[in-house]
Amino acid sequence: MRKNSAKGIAPNPLARARLIFNAIAAVVALAGLADATYLTVAHVAGDSSVCGPSQPCAVVLGSTYAQIAGIPTAAFGVIAYFSAFSAATLAAFGYPRARTFLIVIVAAMFAFTLWLLYLQAFILHAFCPFCLLSAAFTFCLAGLTLATPPDSSRDF
Amino acid sequence: MVGRNFPMKRYLPFIIIAVVGMLTIGSGAMLYHAKLRAALKGGATANSAKSEMPPQHVRGASKAPVTLEEFADFQCPACAKTMMEMIRPLEKNYGSRLRVIFWHFPLPNHKHGRDAALAAEAASLQGRFWEMHDLLYQNQLVWSQANDARPMFNDYARELHLDVERFRKDFGSAQVAAQVDRQREHGVARGVENTPTIFINKQPIAPPFSPERLHEAIDAAMPGHKSS
Repeated sequence: MRKNSAKGIAPNPLARARLIFNAIAAVVALAGLADATYLTVAHVAGDSSVCGPSQPCAVVLGSTYAQIAGIPTAAFGVIAYFSAFSAATLAAFGYPRARTFLIVIVAAMFAFTLWLLYLQAFILHAFCPFCLLSAAFTFCLAGLTLATPPDSSRDF
Repeated sequence: MVGRNFPMKRYLPFIIIAVVGMLTIGSGAMLYHAKLRAALKGGATANSAKSEMPPQHVRGASKAPVTLEEFADFQCPACAKTMMEMIRPLEKNYGSRLRVIFWHFPLPNHKHGRDAALAAEAASLQGRFWEMHDLLYQNQLVWSQANDARPMFNDYARELHLDVERFRKDFGSAQVAAQVDRQREHGVARGVENTPTIFINKQPIAPPFSPERLHEAIDAAMPGHKSS
């Protein structure tokens, strides 16, 4: 993009679209990172008021599924969203391998989110707004990743 | 595209990623300390003048060197976990050296929390407080989702072979309601804000609770314990 501009050639519209989609994906991942960080801290600090008046939320966050092998489930979200943010940022700056990494991490997040939604709907029969918000962010990331035009030129 | 004409651009994404990583860790640590300070402030502002009240629900030896008090709401999942998965095994481990006191602290945001406390108090009048306490926690996921949990509480009373008619009458009595309210006020006077809140020998224990942390706190409260 910069190379084309420097030469006075109109920027490639696909490259521009890739930049925009990856930048939006980075912002969405950042929002998910904030959500997951808040939940992780609340879990570690043992804050039972995080759900406010929502009893279903307390059921979900107080369930055995709120941690995996002693690690808060939300902490995996922190790692995943930070990885997605990093990959999307690198992809926005034109690092070709970053897109592959972004696809892999978002696919894993998508599958994990489906499992968490299944648990809430069919095992716990309760939903937590923070988890639903995180699911929405992951679905957004998946949509953005799918919609991002592939980089066929590999010009860097 | 990357870094050929403008070397700074090569490093910019890594700088952004590093800044976001540091901000995440920093804000997480600040939030954690804020929550911890709030929890400690809540527990540490105990007002001894207002906080004297004889305990109603006690388990363990009266002369036990360590007393663990829990302020809890029956509809709070963390309370169920703390009592059933942490405190109960500790009671077995410490035997006559640990006394456990339960205080009602129903939270207003829990639809059936107060009713559950009333049910436990009504059972207490027939000498079955701890049995009802256990049933309420074991079945928390079931009754907490019901529109009206009272029929379920009546079923639990039946299961415990209580006089169900008397249980129903006590459940709705002013005496039982006052008992729950007094315990809650006692908690407020001791600075309790959330559930579960735990005191060991009157000292508030900061969350998060884990079997290991409670174990350490109990050991530290034992007479003759030398802090390392």
